[in-house]
Amino acid sequence: MNKSGLIEIISRETKLPLREASAVTNTILDLMIDTLAKGDSIELRGFGSFIVKEYKSYQGRNPKTGQIIEVPPKKLPFFKVGKELKERVNS
Amino acid sequence: MKRSNLTRKDLAKTINEKLGFSQRSAGELVDQVFTTMKQTLLKEESIKLVQFGTFGVRQKSARIGRNPRTGETMEISARSMVTFKASKHLRAKINK
Repeated sequence: MNKSGLIEIISRETKLPLREASAVTNTILDLMIDTLAKGDSIELRGFGSFIVKEYKSYQGRNPKTGQIIEVPPKKLPFFKVGKELKERVNS
Repeated sequence: MKRSNLTRKDLAKTINEKLGFSQRSAGELVDQVFTTMKQTLLKEESIKLVQFGTFGVRQKSARIGRNPRTGETMEISARSMVTFKASKHLRAKINK
């Protein structure tokens, strides 16, 4: 399912016009992106949480050529599935 | 440094302020969005949100594991887990 599929279901469930369901979905996603971009975390009870991990620069290898390269410092977002969803997806 | 933590409440507040829904409907809308995503994943269907990332469900087969405390070997049953891969757009924004 992609974003428009998600918006269609939200529109049907909430009886909101597609345009408004779309504005709601985009506002949520934009705020989540801005939050992670600042390095902050997100905690959604019952769904999961997102955190940004920071990595310092380290020496890595090009797996194809074996050449040693300096990997620049980077930040990566991680998702940890919430307890409720984790349990339900297994039952 | 203390990092802040975004919650459903913050999302509802923004929906209320930016889009003019009442605080109560804003809260219900936020819940509806995540309920829909949850139900989709429970059907083992993945969700691809282009700007944000992809959520999926992966099947893991049973394997032999060890209780790290007792060293006892035991079988870890087959299970499903939810995965998330951040989109290029999100990764780029985080590293900007």
